[in-house]
Amino acid sequence: MTFEKVREILVENLGVSEDEVTLEADIQEDLEADSLDIMEIVICVKDEFGITIEDDQIEALKTVKDIVEYIDKH
Amino acid sequence: MSIKILGTGSYTPPNAVDNNDLSKLVDTNNDWIISRTGIYQRNISMGENTSELSIKAAKKALKNAGVTSEELDLIIVATITPDKFTPSTACLVQNELDAKNAFAFDLSAGCTGFIYALSVAEGFMVNKKVKKALIIGAEVLSKIIDWNDRNTCVLFGDGAGAAVIEMDESKQFYSFCASKGDVNEVLQADAMPLKNPYTKSMKNHQYITMKGQEVFQFAVGAIRKSVNKVLSDTGLTLEDIKYIVPHQANARIIDFVGRKMNYPIEQFFMNLSKNGNTSAASIPIALDDMFKEGLLEEGDKIITVGFGGGLTWGATLLEI
Repeated sequence: MTFEKVREILVENLGVSEDEVTLEADIQEDLEADSLDIMEIVICVKDEFGITIEDDQIEALKTVKDIVEYIDKH
Repeated sequence: MSIKILGTGSYTPPNAVDNNDLSKLVDTNNDWIISRTGIYQRNISMGENTSELSIKAAKKALKNAGVTSEELDLIIVATITPDKFTPSTACLVQNELDAKNAFAFDLSAGCTGFIYALSVAEGFMVNKKVKKALIIGAEVLSKIIDWNDRNTCVLFGDGAGAAVIEMDESKQFYSFCASKGDVNEVLQADAMPLKNPYTKSMKNHQYITMKGQEVFQFAVGAIRKSVNKVLSDTGLTLEDIKYIVPHQANARIIDFVGRKMNYPIEQFFMNLSKNGNTSAASIPIALDDMFKEGLLEEGDKIITVGFGGGLTWGATLLEI
């Protein structure tokens, strides 16, 4: 569930295809997100899940899996 | 109580600096700047200070409105880059225009300055102390930019926009202003260092510093909150609104907000590709461009939204 919603957010904001969004995909390296894309994703996560990702924690979220696990933990 | 815009004017310095020009000054390139900001060029003063830009915009606005300087009761210049601590830029403008019946002052509210100034003018008009006002947003940001910082020097430009306004009960008008402390110092520019015979040395950055990601997050939130507040307080819906005119900071912010609000991107007016971010000048310059391009007709309702240093934000509903 969480993964599907996160995938939707990434497809919508990064213009990537669903196939490219794997759990191992690195947001910046593989999905080519720039620093503003990352902020867009953070905002979408807040809208969708009601979870705030603090600034100091954003750095640690490198892969799709990191984001999914963060959401599930909070 | 309602405000009507009688006329607008704007002025940007003729020195247009594009992304390729900037790539000669700092390590940057056109693709990087366009993809992150949507800005292609910005206009940089070669010696005209904020008062001079203000005066040029003001004269055009007065001519456009068919109003003489003597008719003005109030002049406000919204700016974070005044010529002087004193006299205010507004007093310098008053002097040049010979607006002998006006009182004049500057207003500092970051990029929300023009919206704050409209709200303040409304207050004076409600109290019948002012009938006609000249509201200006003007900046020479180039004098507070660190031209070695490629993260900020590509974003900002110089310019001034002016509007002549008066009370008009037949027009719908609404405004609100908001602010909160910049706790994390996401958008700052120091003034004079505190140096006197009794102080030790202190750090001072007399140029803009900005935490881009935090500002992006703040800006997106501010636009969404502001538009929703205007609509709910006025009982209007997005269908009633011809254009949203956001502070012209960054196309990525506006694109994202448009997607989130499900509001077509064509209904957000943008001219930032050729002006960059001109802080308090951006909204009045945008309004002037919209009139010049014939985008606005009598009866149209637009929402202007400002957000910026302070941190400040606010919005107005204007009926043309």
